[in-house]
Amino acid sequence: MKQIVIVSGKGGTGKTSITSAFASIAQNKILVDCDVDAADLFLITQPTILESHEYEGGKIAVLDPEVCTNCGICEELCRFDAISLVDGQTTISEFSCDGCKLCEIACPVDAIKMVENMDSRWFESETRFGPMIHAKLGIGEDNSGKLVTKIRDIANKKAKEQEIETVLIDGPPGIGCPVISTLTGVDVALMVTEPTLSGMHDLNRLIELAKGFKLKSYVLINKYDLNPNISDEIEALCLKEELEVLAKVPFNRDFVDAMVNQKTVVEYAPESELSKMLTEVWNRLEKD
Amino acid sequence: MTYKIAIASGKGGTGKTTVSLNLFYTLQKQLDQKIQLVDCDVEEPNINLFTKGELHSVSDVNIKIPVIDSDKCVYCGDCASACAYNAILFVKSISHIAVLEDLCHGCGACTYVCNQPDVIVEKDKKLGEVNVYSLENGNELVEGKIEIGSAIAVPVIGKTLKSTDENALRIIDAPPGTSCPVMETIKDVDYTILVTEPTPFGLNDLKLMVETMRKMKGKFGVVINRAGLGNLAIYDYLKEEKIELLMEIPFDKNLARIYSEGKIMVDEVPAIYEKYVKLFDKVKLNLDEANSYS
Ligand code: SF4
Ligand code: SF4
Repeated sequence: MKQIVIVSGKGGTGKTSITSAFASIAQNKILVDCDVDAADLFLITQPTILESHEYEGGKIAVLDPEVCTNCGICEELCRFDAISLVDGQTTISEFSCDGCKLCEIACPVDAIKMVENMDSRWFESETRFGPMIHAKLGIGEDNSGKLVTKIRDIANKKAKEQEIETVLIDGPPGIGCPVISTLTGVDVALMVTEPTLSGMHDLNRLIELAKGFKLKSYVLINKYDLNPNISDEIEALCLKEELEVLAKVPFNRDFVDAMVNQKTVVEYAPESELSKMLTEVWNRLEKD
Repeated sequence: MTYKIAIASGKGGTGKTTVSLNLFYTLQKQLDQKIQLVDCDVEEPNINLFTKGELHSVSDVNIKIPVIDSDKCVYCGDCASACAYNAILFVKSISHIAVLEDLCHGCGACTYVCNQPDVIVEKDKKLGEVNVYSLENGNELVEGKIEIGSAIAVPVIGKTLKSTDENALRIIDAPPGTSCPVMETIKDVDYTILVTEPTPFGLNDLKLMVETMRKMKGKFGVVINRAGLGNLAIYDYLKEEKIELLMEIPFDKNLARIYSEGKIMVDEVPAIYEKYVKLFDKVKLNLDEANSYS
């Protein structure tokens, strides 16, 4: 079994469109959408949900004002500035609470209880490309890294059971917690970037992060012709970092048009240069 | 004016940073007062690439994490059960205890519950930093940035916002997504501009953002970037939900090139400058209205 992830430091580089194109090309695979914060892959793959599970995203503190004596101990202790006096009543902000439970432990009158936050869900689905595991993170929830780990575990288990060779992962943007959870244990990463100052800067930070993991990384420059000069500089950066640039993909409206039609670019324009190019890239990723 | 205006988007790459920058430069031309640009996209702060200011202060963002003295520890395990993040590895049978620093959120629960004297002391762990850059006209960029490999963004965002000037008009570039870091950024702002694009992905991510805004009871409006790409479903959605469309920026390869080179559109294209002037008029109308009620 081989785990291949498509990542991008910066959002909006075309990562999900490219992942879905690979879904059209790859044989015997399972899809995983680890961009749990802004999951979009389902818009193209149109999954039929077979099973939907609640995910215990973590707990937050809830205070009972009937019991609370406003002694101020918890407010003093909380390091997340989540507790304050509002109109004479000690109040916990659900947006700031980190779920550490120190206030619950410290409260002398037991006015605080930790309550499960059940807003997030994860799904086992079937698509025209094969099985897919995806999730929806509850609004404003933390622990997106844990949810990522969860759905990856499920996907790996399924892959083993059903002798699936490839786990194809749509990664989250950025370099933070969910990305760290996504890169852990994968075999190959394709970093999708674009020739803008921000794109180059974010790629740089992603490359630094990836060095901490045991994986083989490649780069794809999308919309390279929007600024060929910066594209050249990205190539130079990759050369210096000993990363192979597998393709320079020109700006192409087919990506958006395919998306509007709920298709992958390979389904939408199978004979196009673009589809051929992406097929070659996929063959390389698979071979490695 | 001391308003705090956040620029956010459900997904990255919709042009959030572009809108923040162009709004800032538009206001810098128009207003005679201090304005701060605030970069809360702490995983990938990019504004400095465009503003090229002079760095004048750096402060670290630290949390306090425990150090356990295994000689004095009596291996009761209280700290491990108090930790909500499984950051203390405790194996009673072999008297083993260790802090897993990457998992620690620095909440202090372990230190609080340990009833043995001096077993747990705390040390600083750096999560990131807040950098302040001077720009033209006494304006500033306040930038938060996490350390590479650090998974904890919220305290860095909190400190970045606290480091801003209460007397300045603040334009805040929020991180992408709808999870904790975004909430931390927009929970105390006066108005949020949501930036999206008219594609199915853009619409889906906008819906998540609208859900977030409504849950937080924040005032907001929408900017559509790259208008002309994709389809019209987003306009129907805005109408149905009665959400104010603040501005549209057409998709244009020339604008894409200006951005890619790190240049500012309102300086290069007068028609775009006009759009931003109108954008701020609309936002200000919303803000002044809200203010006259309270
Ligand atoms: S400070 Fe909090 S998160 Fe860190 S080890 Fe102690 S209890 Fe766990
Ligand atoms: S609570 Fe204190 S004494 Fe008990 S195991 Fe933890 S560090 Fe050791």
